[in-house]
Amino acid sequence: MNWFTRVRNSLPFVAKRTTEENLWVKCPGCQEMLFTKEYEENLNVCPRCGHHGRIGADRRLTLLLDDGFEVLDQPEVREDPLKFRDSKKYTDRLKQARAKNPHADAFTVGSGEIEGRPAVVGVQDFGFMGGSMGMAVGTAFCRGAERALTRKCGYVVVTAAGGARMQEGILSLMQMPKATVMTRRLKAAGLPYIVLLTDPTTGGVTASYAMLGDVQIAEPGALIGFAGQRVIQDTIREKLPEGFQRAEYLKEHGMVDMVVKRHDLRETLATLLDYLQPRAAA
Amino acid sequence: MTSYLEFEKPIAELEARIAELRAAAEGDDVDISSELQRLELKSADLLASTYSSLTPWQKTRVARHPARPHFRDYVEYAFDEFIPLGGDRYYGDDEAIMGGLASLDGRRVVLIGHEKGHDTESRLKHNFGMGKPEGYRKAIRLMELAGRFGLPVVTLVDTSGAFPGVEAEERGQAEAIARSTEACLALPVPMVATIVGEGGSGGAVALASAERVLMLEHSVYSVISPEGCASILWRTAEKAADAAEAMKVTAQHLQQLGVIDRIVPEPVGGAHRDPGATAEALAAAIGEELDALSDLAPAELRRLREERFLRIGEG
Repeated sequence: MNWFTRVRNSLPFVAKRTTEENLWVKCPGCQEMLFTKEYEENLNVCPRCGHHGRIGADRRLTLLLDDGFEVLDQPEVREDPLKFRDSKKYTDRLKQARAKNPHADAFTVGSGEIEGRPAVVGVQDFGFMGGSMGMAVGTAFCRGAERALTRKCGYVVVTAAGGARMQEGILSLMQMPKATVMTRRLKAAGLPYIVLLTDPTTGGVTASYAMLGDVQIAEPGALIGFAGQRVIQDTIREKLPEGFQRAEYLKEHGMVDMVVKRHDLRETLATLLDYLQPRAAA
Repeated sequence: MTSYLEFEKPIAELEARIAELRAAAEGDDVDISSELQRLELKSADLLASTYSSLTPWQKTRVARHPARPHFRDYVEYAFDEFIPLGGDRYYGDDEAIMGGLASLDGRRVVLIGHEKGHDTESRLKHNFGMGKPEGYRKAIRLMELAGRFGLPVVTLVDTSGAFPGVEAEERGQAEAIARSTEACLALPVPMVATIVGEGGSGGAVALASAERVLMLEHSVYSVISPEGCASILWRTAEKAADAAEAMKVTAQHLQQLGVIDRIVPEPVGGAHRDPGATAEALAAAIGEELDALSDLAPAELRRLREERFLRIGEG
């Protein structure tokens, strides 16, 4: 801040220039300044470099599901079972996250249709404590699967997470087998389970329900991996390969079926749901 | 020679003093047996009291003790026979995760577990117990084999975590772990998992999604290492002791949380002071658990396993 701005901002009768910040947004990919309105209308995809920015759960649901979908209630789970405290109390961190987010935790389920095909869509929101998987996330994932089982329709899960929620300790780890119980039930019921991996999907989430889809889709450029890049770098002590753990890299190594641009997702999902019609298990 | 942990320093000093006295007593006429006896009692008391009140961080250190018995020791002391089977049939054989056909007190099982190694050479060979995708895929293969031939699955979990490396990521570390967890849940035969040392995150849960989960008394099981947790939440790995405390990583805490079913007691002073006795207690406990499950139908076993994970953390 230069002296002029400082002086001007300290004068109570001059309005601070905040509008400029809201009007413009810097693309995290190419650092270009973009009109916020234009950026948002383009689904947070940079019109210049094609970088896919992060979007919240509600926007994602609206983007994928037809109008009139139902948002499932957040399941009630035991809050702060470990009475966890680091530099801050876990309950305070939760309060803070909730103040900034329309939802009570990081996984929201919508039940409706995709281009007329019945579907349940679960969305993990990186904006809520880094999308981390705790009991609320695991339980909401299961509720979504249950709804798909009741409706006998496909389950689409959009993943985004730094990993497990450390503040719930071992109980966050237990969400891995727990979610896997439900992906198995979908399989047994002959229902398709489609995973859409978005930026970033790492850790325990990747090592469970995010990698068990019948079809695996990734958004362009999304960071997807098990171990964090810093951890890997500390282990091998050499430079990581170009594009390491990005969606395209995973495609090349056979871990995802397709990399699909955000604008084409709805149509892609509709086509997949057409092919993978529920049938009774053999 | 015993290697001592930091908090064992007073014990180490006493034991050194006893050894010294013993050496001096040899070839000497001075009777020091009463003094020796007094020191030995004192030393035993100290060991017992230290080990009955270990902090979560101290337990983490014991769980990682270089002399702690590992997979190969249990194979030797607890099983009558072990026929190692290897390879995932896609890429290679991962020595960090071992497995094969085994006999536990006459019960035929498929045994799978992490092996950390006990000296530099073997630690490198077994990659310090950090499994790669081919290791988890080998485990899947062996579990499917167990299912087809009606052999119960016994796993011994002991890993700081799955290997974080470029080639592991390239070959689908996350997918391999996810499928291994899935393979556990799909088993039509009984599965008993025991955390014998470190239960590190996804690399552990991939072999521990069983209907009965046991832990050795001083083993630990957690979503991330205390150092990792501390460096993220406290911004310094030096707060590992606080993180271990906060995450509730001990067998005793995890039993209270309903995450594990049974604690297998270790000899006073930890498993490394008597691997044979530890293995005996472990074999007996696993045997009991297997017997209790032996009459259950495949569907009932799967239901038990599913209910366990769906319920964890509730109520």
